[in-house]
Amino acid sequence: MSMSPLVIEALQVALLIGGAPLFIGWVRMLKCWTQNRSSASIFQPYRDLAKLLSKDVVLAGNASWIFRFTPYLVFGTVILAGAVVPMLYLKLPLAPSADVIVLVGLFSIARFFTALAGMDIGTAFGGMGSSREMLVASLAEPAMLMAIFTVSLANRSTSLSHIAGVIYSGQSLFKPSLSFAFIAYILITLAETGRIPVDNPSTHLELTMLHEAMILEYSGRHLALIEWAGMMKLFIFMALGSALFFPMGIASVDDPLMIVIAGAVLLLKLAASAVVLVLIETGLAKMRLFRLTEFLGSAFLMATLGMLSFFILE
Amino acid sequence: MDLQTAAQINSFLAAFVLLTAFGMLAQKRISSLIHLFAWQGFLLSVNTAIVGYLANKHHLYISSVLTLSLKVVLLPYILHVLVVRLKIRREVETLVNIPMTMLIGLALVIFSYHLTAPVRELSTLITRSTLAIALATVMIGLLMMITRKHAVTQIIGFLALENGLFFAATSATYGMPLVVELGVALDVLIAAFIFGIFFFHIHTTFDSLNVEQMARLKEED
Repeated sequence: MSMSPLVIEALQVALLIGGAPLFIGWVRMLKCWTQNRSSASIFQPYRDLAKLLSKDVVLAGNASWIFRFTPYLVFGTVILAGAVVPMLYLKLPLAPSADVIVLVGLFSIARFFTALAGMDIGTAFGGMGSSREMLVASLAEPAMLMAIFTVSLANRSTSLSHIAGVIYSGQSLFKPSLSFAFIAYILITLAETGRIPVDNPSTHLELTMLHEAMILEYSGRHLALIEWAGMMKLFIFMALGSALFFPMGIASVDDPLMIVIAGAVLLLKLAASAVVLVLIETGLAKMRLFRLTEFLGSAFLMATLGMLSFFILE
Repeated sequence: MDLQTAAQINSFLAAFVLLTAFGMLAQKRISSLIHLFAWQGFLLSVNTAIVGYLANKHHLYISSVLTLSLKVVLLPYILHVLVVRLKIRREVETLVNIPMTMLIGLALVIFSYHLTAPVRELSTLITRSTLAIALATVMIGLLMMITRKHAVTQIIGFLALENGLFFAATSATYGMPLVVELGVALDVLIAAFIFGIFFFHIHTTFDSLNVEQMARLKEED
């Protein structure tokens, strides 16, 4: 018995959309525990989203179409990105249509429009947030591409399914290049998803916020979509990391049982990666904005060292 | 442990030696710098033992133990005592900013890869690929000596450079003869003592270990 690949694809997207708030709830819960606070329910993000979706949108008088269009675009690109990453099944029907470079491009389209929307209204915070976000992006994107190129070189392909497949077959797991790329990937994930030490996701203090400053003018369903997309982005980065570096458990045949197992393994890996994320966030303080060049510079250095050690040592 | 895994561990350790070299290049605090130096020595000593196993050369075990006692325990201890006695807390500013230094370091790695490419073609040793990394470690040690203003960090740069040379010897020829290695080890030890004594003198004369102060030759002006 086998499932149609399209059904698996739809399942994966449904898991992404439905599971991302749960994942964020789990991260927040863990964070409360490490800080010795009692936490809100793990389902709290769903309630937040439902509340925002039921509220009216308040638009500034001079908001242009970019401002209204951006939430839908961000939500759409993130779902598209999530449909490409092999989370449940290696041979997803959409996977051949986009490789890792396109994936990075999808995220940067979302970021570009968010930055434009931040400047659209013309308030001071939006412009400041956009400028900071682009600073982080200009440093994080080359490092991200470099890390991904290292993995692609080591597996001789830029297709995500192929990379995961090669590592899956046990050929190349313990290599210096891959371990460097992995360290770089962790640093970039912190920067790209706006976690401590780069950005604090739960602050609205004007001096420290990066991503929050850009979306300060959004309300109602627009804000819900953007926040939901942010949750999914974290989910995708974790899933992408596990597909690139630890792809065990992803189904390679379209057997329903294997897909269920793959889903369970994915949830386990996400739960474990949330623990690592929370430990990093609890152990570090937020960095000054101008020290980010050093932080992301070291991510770039790690990725480049990975690439060099691929040429030198392998 | 078969030869294949041993070679793999060898290249892993080489990569981490390079990582510690870059870590030292980026580090501003002297105490963390000494820790990194000790880690580099530890990685080198493990690596030497593994190369000894790979090549079946028993004298490499002795030089591994020598590296462990000298570069992981004794030299960091001497440096630590020096830092405590001279009350150095933070290092002064570097000449070039740190991201720039890192980029120069990366360029040096590429350069040494290019430089050792002909040797890789000729050599038949299993460890031949780590030669480029050894040379890069030497160059990064040199870069550290150039870009730092503080005398103690310059010495750590020098010792890192010596680490690189030792690493190059192990990866290019399975180690120098034991007599030579004993001689070098003794030299480094004596050098560390002499540096220590000099530092005390410099500190009492100039009241600082910043080498820029030493450009002043006359006492009055």
